[in-house]
Amino acid sequence: MDNLMQIAMQNVNYGSIMPSLVLCIFGMALLLINVFLPRGKTTPASWIALIGLVVTAVFAARGWGDPQFGFAGHVALDKFASFSNIIFLFSAGLTILMSDEYLQREGYPIGEYYPLILFATAGAMWMASGTDMMTIFLGLEVLSISLYILAGMFRGQLRSNEAGLKYFLLGAFSTGFLVYGIALIYGVSGTTNVADIGMYLKSHPAMLGNPMTIAGMLLISVGFLFKIGAAPFHMWAPDVYQGAPTPITAFMSAGPKAAALVAFVRILILGLDGLQGDWTSLLWVLAVLTMTVGNIIAINQTNIKRMLAYSSISHAGYALVGLVAANQIGVSGILFYMLAYTFMNLGAFAVLVLAGKKGEENLTLEGFAGFGFKRPFLGVAMSIFLISLMGIPTTAGFAGKFYIFAGAIKAGYIWLAVLGVLNSAVSLYYYLRVMVYMYFKEPAEDYGWVTLHAGAVISIIISVVGVFYLGLIPGKVMEMARMALFF
Amino acid sequence: MITVNHYLVVSAILFSLGTFGVLTRRNAIVIFMCIELMLNAVNLTFIALSNHLGNMDGQVFVFFVMTVAAAEAAVGLALMISFFRNRESIEVDDISLLKW
Amino acid sequence: MQDYSLLWLIPFFPLVGSIINGLFGKKIRNEALIGTIGTAAIGASFVVSCTYFFKLLGDAEKIHETTIFGAMGSGTWMNVGQLQIDWGFLLDPLSALMIMVVTGVGSLIHLYSIGYMHGEEGFYRFFSYLNLFCFSMLMLVLGNNAMVMFIGWEGVGLCSYLLIGYYFEKKSAGDAAKKAFVVNRVGDFGFLIGLFLLFWSLGQKGVRTIRFTEIAANAHLLENGGTIVTIVTLCFFLGATGKSAQIPLYTWLPDAMEGPTPVSALIHAATMVTAGVYMIGRMNGLFAMAPDTMMVIAIVGAATAIFAASIGLAQNDIKRVLAYSTVSQLGYMFLAMGVGAFTAGIFHLMTHAFFKACLFLGSGSVIHGMHHAYHHAHLHDDPQDMRNMGGLRKKMPITFITFLVSTIAIAGIPGFSGFFSKDEILWWSFGSTRGGWILWVVGAIAAGMTAFYMFRLVFMTFFGEQKTDPRAKDHIPESGLTITIPLMVLGALAVIGGYIGVPAILGGANHIHHFLEPVFGQAQKLHAIEAHGSHATEYGLMGISVGIAVIGIFGAWFMYVKNPEMPKQLVAKFKWLHTAIFNKWFVDELYDAMFVNATKRAGRICWKGFDLPIIDGIVNGVGWLVRGFSAALRYTQSGQIHSYAMAMVIGAVIIVAAYVL
Repeated sequence: MDNLMQIAMQNVNYGSIMPSLVLCIFGMALLLINVFLPRGKTTPASWIALIGLVVTAVFAARGWGDPQFGFAGHVALDKFASFSNIIFLFSAGLTILMSDEYLQREGYPIGEYYPLILFATAGAMWMASGTDMMTIFLGLEVLSISLYILAGMFRGQLRSNEAGLKYFLLGAFSTGFLVYGIALIYGVSGTTNVADIGMYLKSHPAMLGNPMTIAGMLLISVGFLFKIGAAPFHMWAPDVYQGAPTPITAFMSAGPKAAALVAFVRILILGLDGLQGDWTSLLWVLAVLTMTVGNIIAINQTNIKRMLAYSSISHAGYALVGLVAANQIGVSGILFYMLAYTFMNLGAFAVLVLAGKKGEENLTLEGFAGFGFKRPFLGVAMSIFLISLMGIPTTAGFAGKFYIFAGAIKAGYIWLAVLGVLNSAVSLYYYLRVMVYMYFKEPAEDYGWVTLHAGAVISIIISVVGVFYLGLIPGKVMEMARMALFF
Repeated sequence: MITVNHYLVVSAILFSLGTFGVLTRRNAIVIFMCIELMLNAVNLTFIALSNHLGNMDGQVFVFFVMTVAAAEAAVGLALMISFFRNRESIEVDDISLLKW
Repeated sequence: MQDYSLLWLIPFFPLVGSIINGLFGKKIRNEALIGTIGTAAIGASFVVSCTYFFKLLGDAEKIHETTIFGAMGSGTWMNVGQLQIDWGFLLDPLSALMIMVVTGVGSLIHLYSIGYMHGEEGFYRFFSYLNLFCFSMLMLVLGNNAMVMFIGWEGVGLCSYLLIGYYFEKKSAGDAAKKAFVVNRVGDFGFLIGLFLLFWSLGQKGVRTIRFTEIAANAHLLENGGTIVTIVTLCFFLGATGKSAQIPLYTWLPDAMEGPTPVSALIHAATMVTAGVYMIGRMNGLFAMAPDTMMVIAIVGAATAIFAASIGLAQNDIKRVLAYSTVSQLGYMFLAMGVGAFTAGIFHLMTHAFFKACLFLGSGSVIHGMHHAYHHAHLHDDPQDMRNMGGLRKKMPITFITFLVSTIAIAGIPGFSGFFSKDEILWWSFGSTRGGWILWVVGAIAAGMTAFYMFRLVFMTFFGEQKTDPRAKDHIPESGLTITIPLMVLGALAVIGGYIGVPAILGGANHIHHFLEPVFGQAQKLHAIEAHGSHATEYGLMGISVGIAVIGIFGAWFMYVKNPEMPKQLVAKFKWLHTAIFNKWFVDELYDAMFVNATKRAGRICWKGFDLPIIDGIVNGVGWLVRGFSAALRYTQSGQIHSYAMAMVIGAVIIVAAYVL
């Protein structure tokens, strides 16, 4: 008995889960603190959550050294995980900054909101540093369950209820596929450790053609593609994004998506390397489908939140292009792109948070007529984010797309890159239309209800700086993304 | 003689039944139960394989799946209750405010 | 070795000006201060440009590269594999000439705008955009690699969009802006595909670069005249047709006249629209390797020249005549590039910048005066319609003289700048190894048409009796100094600008030819592109083209001064022809009928919320398809959990079936 404990303890190494551990401690403490805060007072909770994120960021940054392994090879805090952690922390931080006034305005100042974001972030971190199917699955579920609650947070609002319930039912459904896939792969290789699966498949090439292996790989892909929001598993996304509270929509479109992508990258490249021919051809088709479906449906949207939801689908498609390339530039491009996307998309949503009235019925194209002149700061900021989403040079969006498409070209997927560029051209139409409404239409209102709350303004400023930093001098961050690769 | 293949076939059938139920049932709670059926089919697969391969990983995984399913049940039922309060229905056909 | 490390200052000044006016312009309120900031910013670039231009003149080494931080190798923008992209600049005779034109003409037009835009709402916005445009244009011409050029390329498109739509409360202005932007995107798409293909095909040979100097040095790795080079250059040319308004993507430019007149002068005459010509000049080594592409360019150029000139014959809106004239002159430049007369093309680009900017600004001065008079008399006539003008030479003497000088220049009368550049293009199109007599014939006829419609413009506007409404006719003033000074400077340049390129046959030294030799000489020598023929032929052709121009002028005089009734009789006699020309050969209608109307009808059935068509032409057809598709696809998103789950299951089943079975 004693002996067993010793073996277990030797393998634990808390250093490997330090960032998420700190985050969980803060989250749980915050749950308790909330009990003692007066009803309807959430501002202190948001500050504590932010402090928690900053402390975690310090630990996450320290992860940028020699990789740490722990829990008998279930967890690895390598540079890949650390880079991803920074993305999650940025998306959580920007979300929390824009949330407080929003919760007050919408009439749901619920303290549990912040700990849930922290738990979701911790879940994302386990996905990024998970080296065993079990850890990744656990992280995925912690993340998803937190998000189910957050999406349905506004109890009295039918839209929010519906978003939460839809996300929950479809999410649980996709989990079924994912675990079945994991079970099949386990049946083939006898292990759930990602690296061991890779090794097993390498030493038993005969098993690669086994229907059970291929079916397992495909079912796992279905589970992850659902979380990423790739077609044809994307259909939950627009509804959930539209119905969920706006900051939560912003959060979902950046952090969790990045988490699913990086875990997917690790599983495919480390564990299912042998099947690369199969999954690249699958993802080639799905990437094109995803980009196209997202962009094309976005064209006809008049609700800006829903339009950004479709746009988010198409951006997931661009990110998948990097995974198809599966080379150094492509995969580090994914990391870079998700960071860039975090800034530009959360920035855009922060503008929406400020521009909305209670109930957010006015977040339509018409509702933005003349907005740019009446609210110059928000107008310029929104234009910058939209231009970045379009992928115009000097912005983060361009640099990100450039790396991803460069990766695809280097790997010989010229047509994929061409389709990607063509898709970006289509996307111009609907992004530009928002700008046309903001600047080329007579203002219908004076937008007097818009007040510049400090939190949201800070998150907008951080996002603008991020967009231009990554757009003008992406070299350094890209170099880090390159170093972060585990292959 | 019952081999591992029999277990795998049974669990595949259970999984398909669950999927079929999700696609056809109207009541959100029943749909959720069908999803539980899918997860339990997976659990059966894990245990059969674990026994067959002679290692414990599969059985450990089952515990995780069960834990997660329990957490999901708690959250899911809460979401259904709040939906029911506003809409007085948990038919999935009524969950269609957000579309297009 | 001279120091060129401060090149970045040239685009930097206008950027600063743009930011200052954009952020604080609304607070400053003072028009004089805003105008001064804007003009000083571009003026400062002009001073720096002059310094470097003369430095380069005296330098034996003609090609210099640098980055924002000075030395090569610093100022990295992006690093992809073995490919490093810098914020780098390239100064060689070609870009030196271009920055002189952009900053020089740009400064004058900024100065002019202070007077012209006086009292307009959003004065600061105008100057901010105008500075931003200059920044983008300077990045375009100074960039040492295709990526920096592409930033400028996108930037000028964006600024053009913003400035065309400057009067955004006017619906036509908004539509014109959108049309320009979307048509340009079609071209940009070509540019990007060309760039990808070029990068990829050079990569196959082990060279990963997008720096112009390295592309030029390694172009020989590709097969001379091969498919790859032809496709790459054709893609780039597609980009050029969009930006420079050539057939078939020219329709946006006449509509772009909705923007304020200084914008038409700067962007849609002197600088941005010539970006396509510049781009071909910049990659001349590549284009020289693709004779097929060059032939396409020459044919498209010549066709555009004569086609647009014919439309210009019958327009009554003063700015539209000039717009079609610009399209036509751009056609000449492409004709020059197509027959390998790179120097002549760039030379014409420069002289055209002078006289066309002067013409546009002159027309602005006229419109300004007419507008003032109508405003005074509380009338709402169209201040741009030439049929309401006439006899203005006495009212606006300075405007008249500068306008006349520029018209003589564009008509190609010996001694004025347009003659030298146009004649060299015509000579090359006849005598070049890549030319042909038919191109010369088309070019000469277009030159005659140009002379005719330009003098028609002058006669209708400045001569004859005044046809303005009697209540307004006595209130047309000459414009103020900020308007007339730029006119005079540009008028002078329109006369003397040609003397840097007097051909040897007329006893000149052809300075510009020698100056640009380091850029174009190598490709021309390598691919044996030269114009040959006897002196007698050259004299003869010159005489014929001058003769045609004189006939054109005489025709205009005969029809609009001597015999003012004649146009009406002619119109009555050749009604169908006039109708066709007046309606721009019905191209817009053709595009409409082919794409827009069909889409409208189909759209009403399929999709009731169909907005106004964004643009006409092919783009609209594609746009409609995409949108119809979008409307249909949208309904797959039914809101029902069952259908979502079904989509997932079907997707999963198809995927599994495709791989396992």
